[in-house]
Amino acid sequence: MAGTYNKDERIPSIKLTAMQYVIALILVILVSGLWRLQVLGAQNYRALAEANRIRKVPILAPRGKLYDRDGRLLVDNYPSVTCFLVPEQAHDLLGDVPLIAQGLHMQPDQLRAVLLRYRHQPKYQPIPLQQDITPDEQAFIAAHANELPELETIEEQRRLYPSNGFAAHLIGYVGEVSEDMLDDPRYAFYQPGDVVGRSGVEESYDPILRGQDGSRDVIVDSHGRELGALGIEPAKPGKSIKLTIDLDVQEAAEEALGARQGAIVAIDPRTGEVLAMVSHPTFDPNQFAIRIHRDEWNKLITDPDHPLMNKAIQAQLAPGSTFKIIEAIAGLQEGIAETLKVDCHGGAVFYGRYFKCWISARHQSHGITEIGKGIYQSCDVFFYTLAEKMGIDMIAKWAHMFGLGQKTGIDLPNEAAGIVPSPEWKMRNYHQKWFAGETISVGIGQGALAVTPIQLIRAIAGIGSGGVLKRPHVVFPNEVPADLKDYYQDRFPGSGDQVVPIDPANWQIVTDAMAQVVSFAGTAGFAHLDGIDFAGKTGSAQIVSNAYKASVGGGAKLNDTAWFVGMSPRRNPEIAVVVMWQNGSEGYFSARLAARVIEAYVNKQRRRDNNLVQVAAKTNPDAGKPPSTVPVTVKEKSAPSTATKQKTVGNLQRPRLATGPPTEMAALWTSAGSRPAAANKLPARVAAAFPMPVGATLEAGTFLLAPPPSPRTGGRK
Amino acid sequence: MRRFLSYRDFDWTLMGFVVALSVISVLEIYSATLHTKFVNFDQKQMLWLAGGFVSMFVLSLIDYHILLDIAVWAYGICLVSLVAVLAVGTKVLGGRRWISLPGGIHFQPSEWVKLVLIVVLARFFTNLSGRDLTWKDIFKAIAMVVVPMLLVMKQPDLGTALTYAPVLLVGLFLGGIRFRQAAILFLAASLALVPAWYKVLKPYQKARLTSFLAPDNDPRGSGYQIRQSLIAVGSGGVWGQGAEKGSQTQGDFLPIPYTDFIFAAFCEEHGLAGAVLVLLLYFLLLMRLVQNAQTAADLPGTLIVMGVVAVLIFQIAVNVGMVIGFMPVTGIPLPLMSYGGSSVLFTFLALGIVMNIRMSRFVN
Repeated sequence: MAGTYNKDERIPSIKLTAMQYVIALILVILVSGLWRLQVLGAQNYRALAEANRIRKVPILAPRGKLYDRDGRLLVDNYPSVTCFLVPEQAHDLLGDVPLIAQGLHMQPDQLRAVLLRYRHQPKYQPIPLQQDITPDEQAFIAAHANELPELETIEEQRRLYPSNGFAAHLIGYVGEVSEDMLDDPRYAFYQPGDVVGRSGVEESYDPILRGQDGSRDVIVDSHGRELGALGIEPAKPGKSIKLTIDLDVQEAAEEALGARQGAIVAIDPRTGEVLAMVSHPTFDPNQFAIRIHRDEWNKLITDPDHPLMNKAIQAQLAPGSTFKIIEAIAGLQEGIAETLKVDCHGGAVFYGRYFKCWISARHQSHGITEIGKGIYQSCDVFFYTLAEKMGIDMIAKWAHMFGLGQKTGIDLPNEAAGIVPSPEWKMRNYHQKWFAGETISVGIGQGALAVTPIQLIRAIAGIGSGGVLKRPHVVFPNEVPADLKDYYQDRFPGSGDQVVPIDPANWQIVTDAMAQVVSFAGTAGFAHLDGIDFAGKTGSAQIVSNAYKASVGGGAKLNDTAWFVGMSPRRNPEIAVVVMWQNGSEGYFSARLAARVIEAYVNKQRRRDNNLVQVAAKTNPDAGKPPSTVPVTVKEKSAPSTATKQKTVGNLQRPRLATGPPTEMAALWTSAGSRPAAANKLPARVAAAFPMPVGATLEAGTFLLAPPPSPRTGGRK
Repeated sequence: MRRFLSYRDFDWTLMGFVVALSVISVLEIYSATLHTKFVNFDQKQMLWLAGGFVSMFVLSLIDYHILLDIAVWAYGICLVSLVAVLAVGTKVLGGRRWISLPGGIHFQPSEWVKLVLIVVLARFFTNLSGRDLTWKDIFKAIAMVVVPMLLVMKQPDLGTALTYAPVLLVGLFLGGIRFRQAAILFLAASLALVPAWYKVLKPYQKARLTSFLAPDNDPRGSGYQIRQSLIAVGSGGVWGQGAEKGSQTQGDFLPIPYTDFIFAAFCEEHGLAGAVLVLLLYFLLLMRLVQNAQTAADLPGTLIVMGVVAVLIFQIAVNVGMVIGFMPVTGIPLPLMSYGGSSVLFTFLALGIVMNIRMSRFVN
């Protein structure tokens, strides 16, 4: 208890005396410093104080804008004045409520509710009252500066993003710089509280988009009142960037995915340019433009559907049967698959265990199956057998060659790498032996195999291009200024550009089989597009075992991931699309979503070439059929020749970089004059859900015969 | 055991110095905020001071041995609250330093940690008395201070974290560290600063720490602040420009003239004469505290008072040093002068404990 301390023990008083001398010494040093300034330097400093009539007022630099590949505006800035209330500065906060409410055109109750909501935060912290206030509201605040000292305004350039979360994951958002970023030497430029790109293109191209703040020299009197302006060092605005995104394709992809969860990516396989990237559910980046309310933020980060996650580059899922394309090429190149014939009885036994083919669920079997039928009918038994013959090491080798298990190096932050399982991988991570049965599962894209949509489409597009794989990117490389070229060279490491030699004969076998997939004989027959050379592969990847699913009574959240990878034309494609629909059950549902994106792209190219009418009137008999002559000889290790391709699919050729006219896209955004209250609401889901009953058919060709597509804003208001 | 405390033994001399400094503080806050939006901060400071005096009187009635007994628990709670502030704290100006409680209360745990550290180190060194410090003892003491220090740095609040260091240094000095041990520690600390500079500090913190050497190199940030502060102090001359007449203070050139740079504002308006008067008051106050330490009834009493002395002289040296360009900008307030509730309450609670130690000296 208290008082049990030794009273005899003392500190030698010499130590305390020493402390007294130290204190005296410190104070003498301080006085000497004061003497130096106030006696010796007094004249000099008084002159400086006299000259100190110029104050620097910062001018914030506007961020660069974002355009689509045709030069259509995607992300804009607008000057916005926000009104804050600082409770600490109020004389009589509650008494002022009616006057403030009247001046800012709010309801007094609404204002009281805002004050109530912020009552727990420190009184010196400003409460945002109204964003984007009108000139008459600004005048009200200025006129009542004495009566209402608690009102403050801040003018800043605000980011204006497309509404409803259109392309939100790709574009990203801006926000206050975080502590972690300040640790990073790349952000040494920033001070706490600065606004910086926090996600998507806004983050990865922040060094280009951000400008350099300027300042205005203002003359003031000795009381700080402004007398006039002296000079202006203008802010250097950030550089605008042209994205590889095609608004029309993006639009089609957004609408195709609709309210479903998942991702769609469309790329140009010839260059790796990303034409569209969609991840749903989405969020409204306008909410982040100044500062997001904490509740909204918590809602976003705790949502089990992960609206902030860019599933196109971050979701790591089993690819299911889409992996059979990579396996087929591997098997053919290794000389194993070409002559392989398997008799499918709806399943087969490997290593003492019975593996079912998907078709057994329909009480059917595939019968004698070779490589082509194996692909377009997606016969599991064929690929089980192929996987058994190849062995896991060979499969893993080819998966790595096609870039699985590594980042692609796309120029967006936080890409995931995926997993290619192998005996070494399992030993390293789980300290367990590889079981032979696991090889069989990997053979149909299951097991521990995990890919991201962007990885998968890079690989499939590369196969379609005869083995030329490109690094996907969302910004044209020539948009990067020379002084940042080196920086971006190493910024996004990954598999990048690669050439995987593929025998032209094998190339033809696989791509023809992929075209068969969307024919009446294939697994996605009703995704067939009349008049468009379309090829692809379905995939339905289990996320839990059938036994587990049955044991918990099913549930939509446990349904298979529905994959589809597609391209057009089938060889040397101009566009490749991946659709990943979480819990979508069947790959052929996704096939129809991909078909819409491909169709939108092809139609646009045809409109540009002015031959859509011909097709629509069916005056061009060849347009409705796949090209009869296809090039089968392409020099190994060289990019497929563009000339050959253009000959093959005549009406798909298009002028590069034709700049479309500025269109009605502007209506996509909340108009600048309107209250951003609308922009701050919860993101409305993009478009309505498209009901998709099993067995329904998409009427092929209706798009071609229909009148020109309605204005792109339709359905998004 | 019954104790007889009497306000006859209350240290009215010390109280006199504190009141004098508080009055100067309120007058200067009034002058410095006259033409700004913080116009009524002097009244708020008076409220804080009133709260501070009440807490001081209350704490002076609580036997400091009780504080010593609960110090270990308090230390644990401090660590928990520092971790909590990192996890759920309110973010203000890019730093996460405040915890908000229901009912509009919010506090900055890092200030209370200072007080607890003083008491817990006093207890630690008391238990070691009568023998020489071993390396193990020294490392224990260092760990007790460095753990909360790192947590506060993570907030990031470099300034407050640094104020923990003098408690440790004075504790080691009075606790009986030997010269050879001190020399080795000094060398090791100097070596450790090199990686800390490159790994721990953020770029903007480094810029802040170095800009006082060449204020003109960083016109946007702290270099500007130092420059304006030097002009304010220098233009004050010997007699000052007069209350409410300093052009640097009134013209809004001097940054935050009511908190961190209040001494610059005071120097501008009251000159060298005023500045020396304030420093003299600090000197008398500190000498009185050291005297209280000498006359304390037992060892922990002495150690606690000297811990308070250490924090106060450190804050005075760093704050005034910053104002006159001897030290970098670290955001450490000037005790008894700067505006701010947390700082006022810390100082008065610390003085309350000192008062109790003085009042207990004749009590058996």
